[in-house]
Amino acid sequence: MIRKIALSAFTVIGLVAGGAALAAVTEKKVDDYAFSFEGPFGTYDQMQLQRGLQVYTEICAACHGLQYVPFRALGYDGGPHLPEDQVRAYAEFYEVFDPELDDFRPAKPTDHFPQSGLESAPDLSLMAKARAGFSGPYGLGINQLFKGMGGPEYIVSLLVGYTGEEKEEAGTILYENTAFEGGYISMSQPLWGDDVEYEDGSPTEIEDLAKDVAAFLMWTAEPQLNARKEAGFIAVVFLIVLSALLYLTNKRIWAPIKKGKAATPAE
Amino acid sequence: MAGIPHDHYEPKSGGEKWLHRRLPVVSLLYDTLMIPTPKNLNWMWIWGIILTFCLALQIATGIVLAMHYTPHVDQAFASVEHIMRNVNGGYMLRYLHMNGASLFFIAVYAHIFRGLYYGSYKEPREVTWIIGILIFVLMMGTAFMGYVLPWGQMSFWGATVITGLFGAIPFVGEAIQTWLLGGPAVDNATLNRFFSLHYLLPFLIAGLVIVHIWAFHTTGNNNPTGVEVRRGSKEEAAKDTVPFWPYYVIKDVFALAIILAVFFAIVGFMPNYLGHPDNYIEANPLVTPAHIVPEWYFLPFYAILRAFTGDVWVVIIANFLTGGIIDAKFFGVLAMFGAIAVMALAPWLDTSSVRSGRYRPMFKWWFWLLVADFFFLMWLGAMPAEEPYATFSLIGSAYWFFYFLVILPLLGVIEKPLPQPETIEAAVAADKAAANGGAGAAEATPAE
Repeated sequence: MIRKIALSAFTVIGLVAGGAALAAVTEKKVDDYAFSFEGPFGTYDQMQLQRGLQVYTEICAACHGLQYVPFRALGYDGGPHLPEDQVRAYAEFYEVFDPELDDFRPAKPTDHFPQSGLESAPDLSLMAKARAGFSGPYGLGINQLFKGMGGPEYIVSLLVGYTGEEKEEAGTILYENTAFEGGYISMSQPLWGDDVEYEDGSPTEIEDLAKDVAAFLMWTAEPQLNARKEAGFIAVVFLIVLSALLYLTNKRIWAPIKKGKAATPAE
Repeated sequence: MAGIPHDHYEPKSGGEKWLHRRLPVVSLLYDTLMIPTPKNLNWMWIWGIILTFCLALQIATGIVLAMHYTPHVDQAFASVEHIMRNVNGGYMLRYLHMNGASLFFIAVYAHIFRGLYYGSYKEPREVTWIIGILIFVLMMGTAFMGYVLPWGQMSFWGATVITGLFGAIPFVGEAIQTWLLGGPAVDNATLNRFFSLHYLLPFLIAGLVIVHIWAFHTTGNNNPTGVEVRRGSKEEAAKDTVPFWPYYVIKDVFALAIILAVFFAIVGFMPNYLGHPDNYIEANPLVTPAHIVPEWYFLPFYAILRAFTGDVWVVIIANFLTGGIIDAKFFGVLAMFGAIAVMALAPWLDTSSVRSGRYRPMFKWWFWLLVADFFFLMWLGAMPAEEPYATFSLIGSAYWFFYFLVILPLLGVIEKPLPQPETIEAAVAADKAAANGGAGAAEATPAE
C-alpha cells in the first residue's frame, strides 16, 4: 500500500499536467453572491448565521458533521450569538460518546459537533475555506483579489446548481450539478425551497436557504472573522499615522544632509 | 575591525569604563549603529531591515504557535484549528506567521535583485553575497518544512513531491529519500523531524544574518553608484557617508511602517489570498489533489524543475553522455539547484570592472529582462505542465542560465561603460544640481 502511494507520488511531477488538464476541461459555474461579511469592513449578520444554523441542523446535519466547532462557539459574540441557555439546550439535541462513562450522553456546550454520520459526506467545518469559487484569469489571482476566494459563493452555487439530471455509475447514482468539479455529484439535491420555516419569517426560497447556510459555514470555517477585521483595521490606521510621523521625522533629519552639510553626530 | 574610519566609542563614566574593560558590548553596539553608511543609498536599501524584522516576527510568532501545536499526523491539523479557534489571539498569530513567510520572500527577492543590479556581489563583497545565498537556501528549506506542519492536503502532497526530488539522485536517491522521510513515505516521522528542523533553522539563519552584517560592515555598504567610500581619513569618509543612526534607522523604520500597513491589511482583510484552499482539507494519502502547486515564492524554481522533460535536447544529450544516469527528472532537479548555484557564482561570472548597473548601458537591458523572466517563470510555475506553458518554461529557464553563464561574462568584455563619478560626494552633488536645474533652481547651491 505505502509502496503504491510512494510510487504514485513519484509520478506526480509528471502527472500534474494530466490532472490539471482534466480539471481544466470541466468548467465550474460559480456565481458571485453578495454576503454581509465581504470586503474589509464586512461582518457576519448574526440573524443570518442563526438561520443558517437552522438549515444546517434540520437538513445538512443528517449526514455532515462539524467536528472542529464546539457548541459553546454558538454563543460567542461575532457568531450566531445564541443566549447561554439556548446553547445548552441546542447541545443536548446531540449525543456524544463519553469515554469516562463508556456510554453516550447528551452533549454539553464544551463538546464539539459530531463528525459526519455518513462516511462519504465530508466534514463541513472548514468547507467554506477549503473550496475556491474564483480563480484566474490565467493564474494571476486577479479574480480572487476582487471577488474573494469564493468559498461561500461556491457552496451556494453548488446547492442551487442541480439540473435534475442523474446518471448511474458503478452502482451509485450521480446527480448533475453545474458547480461541481466534473459535473456530477453523489449528494442528491438537499434543498428545494421552503425546506425549513424561519421564526422571523425570512424568505425561504432555495437561494435564500443556500445563502444562509453558506454564511453559517463561512462562520464555522472562520469564526474569528469579525475580530480579525477589527484588529486589521486598527493596525492599518495605526501604521498609517505612524508612517506619516516617521515621514516627517525622516525628512527633518535628512534636511541638512540634502543641503550638503556633513552629518552631525547624534547625541 | 577593518573598515571605514570613524569615531569610536569612548567610555566616559566610571561605570562605562568598568564594563568596557571587562566586556566591550556597548562599544560593539555603538560601532554597529554608528557605522558610516554611504549617504546616497536609495529606497532599494531598505530591504535588509525588512528582512531582519521578518525573521524576528517569524521567530516570535512561531515560538508561541509551537506552544499550541501538536506534531502528530492524527492531531496536527486539529491542533492548528485549535489555535485558530480557541487560543487567545491564535488566529492572528497564525495568519501573521503564514503571511509573514510571504513578506519574507517578497523582501528577499527585492534584496537579491537589488544586489544583482548594483553589483553588490562584486569584489570585495563576495563573502557577503555567498552568505546571503546560504540564508536564502535555508529560508526556502524552513518555509517548505513549515508549510508541511498544518498537515493539509497541499502540505502532504507538496512534501511528497519535493522529497521525491531526492529520490531522483542516481544510485543513492531512494536511500537518501527514505533517510530524510524517516520511512518509505511522508508520515509521522517526517512530520516530527520537519517540526524539529523548522524550529532549528531560523536560529541558524539568525546566526548567518549576524555574519552577513559583519561581512558588509567590514567591506562597507555598496551604494547606487558602486563607487567606494573614500577611506583616506575620517574627514574624507565623512563627506561620503552618514552614520547609520539616526539617518538610515529612521528611513528604514519609515519604510517598514508603510510595508507593515499593507501587510496588516492583507492579514486583517484577506489572510488566505496567498494560500491554497486545499490546505484546509486534512492530509489524505489516498486522495491526490488535482493540481499540486507550491507556494508562490517557490514557483520560479518549480517552473525550472518542470521545464526539462525527456524530449528536450539537452536532457537527451545529458542522458546519452552519462549512459542514462541523468534522466529527465534528475536533470530537472540539477537545473533547479543549478539556478541558485549560478546566482551564488555571480561574483566570478561577472567580468565587468564596473560595479553598478547604472553605468552599464547594455547590462541594464539584460538585467531587466532577467527580472521579467523571474516573474514569467513564477507565472509558469502555477500553470499546468502542458503546451504552450512547457515551451515557455523552457525558454524562461534557458534565459535564467544564459544570463548568468553567458551574458555576465561576455558583457564585461564587449560593453563600454558610462563614466562613473569620482566619489559619492560628487555623485550626490551632481544629482542635486540636476534636480535643481530641472525644477527651475529654487535655491542657489554654493559649490563646496
